[in-house]
Amino acid sequence: MSLSKAFFAIIQRDLLLAFRRRAEMANPLLFFVLVVTMFPLAVGAQPHLLQAMAPGVIWVSALLAALLSLDSLFRTDFEDGSLEQMLLSPHFLSILVLGKILAHWLVTGLPLIVAAPLLAMFLGLPESAMGTLWLTLILATPLLSLIGAIGVALTVGLRRGGMILSLLVLPLYVPVLIFASSAVSRAAEGLPVSAQLNILLSMLLAALVLVPLPTAAALKMSVN
Amino acid sequence: MSVIPAAVSLFFHRTASPPHFYALANRFIPWLTGIFFLLLLAGLYGGLVLAPTDYQQGDSYRIIYIHVPAAWMSLFIYVLMAVMAAIALVWRIKLAEIMLISSAPIGAGFTFVALVTGSLWGKPMWGTWWVWDARLTFELILLFQYLGVMSLYTAIEEKRMAARAVAILALVGVVNVPIIHYSVEWWSTLHQGPTVTKMDKPSIHISMLIPLLLMALSFKFYYLLAALQNAKLELVKREASSQWVRNLLENQA
Repeated sequence: MSLSKAFFAIIQRDLLLAFRRRAEMANPLLFFVLVVTMFPLAVGAQPHLLQAMAPGVIWVSALLAALLSLDSLFRTDFEDGSLEQMLLSPHFLSILVLGKILAHWLVTGLPLIVAAPLLAMFLGLPESAMGTLWLTLILATPLLSLIGAIGVALTVGLRRGGMILSLLVLPLYVPVLIFASSAVSRAAEGLPVSAQLNILLSMLLAALVLVPLPTAAALKMSVN
Repeated sequence: MSVIPAAVSLFFHRTASPPHFYALANRFIPWLTGIFFLLLLAGLYGGLVLAPTDYQQGDSYRIIYIHVPAAWMSLFIYVLMAVMAAIALVWRIKLAEIMLISSAPIGAGFTFVALVTGSLWGKPMWGTWWVWDARLTFELILLFQYLGVMSLYTAIEEKRMAARAVAILALVGVVNVPIIHYSVEWWSTLHQGPTVTKMDKPSIHISMLIPLLLMALSFKFYYLLAALQNAKLELVKREASSQWVRNLLENQA
């Protein structure tokens, strides 16, 4: 089997598995909506306050939802042994890992992209910023899956990896959070955002190339 | 044909053997302790007594002699850890793993000291204990990275495996450090004007600079000292069942 065939086979398999467990698929999305809902309840429903906080609230919630969904990236494969088969296959592990990350993003990242503008509207984000919000989500949610994959690969062998995973991954998410939320708030004020979007894009491209390598190394370490 | 001269490679192989390293550390530690205390006393005397009072900040600027060297160390140790991580991953040298692990708590300690002294300094200067200043925020995130390294190491029971995991994490972290640094810097200039955070900083006078450098050097020696002590402990723990540790214990008993 050629490498590209293996790559797409992995994606197809993961999507199929996710589709068979639709209820689980909805969990990160539900979590995202719930967290965003908590903010107006906690800080009060003043429109000005909510409007100013909207980019930050949406991005922090997206970050937490991504973090929550990360565990499913390698966990089941690790438990049922298919991860070992992946390691044994003759193909480059990092490419296969990239396939898994891509499938994970399609399952958990895409729903966020669809749901976020609706929530942004509830929080009163001006319509002029919606396009930027979408762009940042499209650029940065794959980044969340990519960076998170390193953390999951390191902790997949642990029985209680959840807390450690957040300690490992959240500091790495800081730049994404900064650039994505500041792009949205600048767009809401009518300022240019191309610098932020370009930086997010360059981070995404760099992560696409660099992240599979440590992830593959960490998986090899975890399975041993 | 190796690029590295035979003598150098011999030196590394010998130093990398645990019993040899243990003995070497034992021999170095008293010297390092002596140099550390000498530099520390000289630096503190220079900083607290000889250096003139600042025309703007009075005597409270003197916390700089702890704060700045600690902040330097926090970054220096992280970079050093990444270097050792690369050595540990590429050449599988056990000692590099051990030095990497032994450095983490010290780095976290220095980061914590930098944060606490920064906050103590901020109270009289800025009027609050904490401002979301770029450098303070960066130190805070760096502290989280150190804590991540340490908790990952304790969480994985198989220590050889844990060391590899930590090495990968340290390498990923060090790539991320400059990105975090610049993004935080950029974030703080965007969110708040430079009225609070940018103190009027005249270039530092030589009588203030020399104690600062002395303190920085003494902190480096402290790091070496503490890392070696830590490494000795880690080594004995890991090799508890080996012959040389047993001999060592018998000799001490």
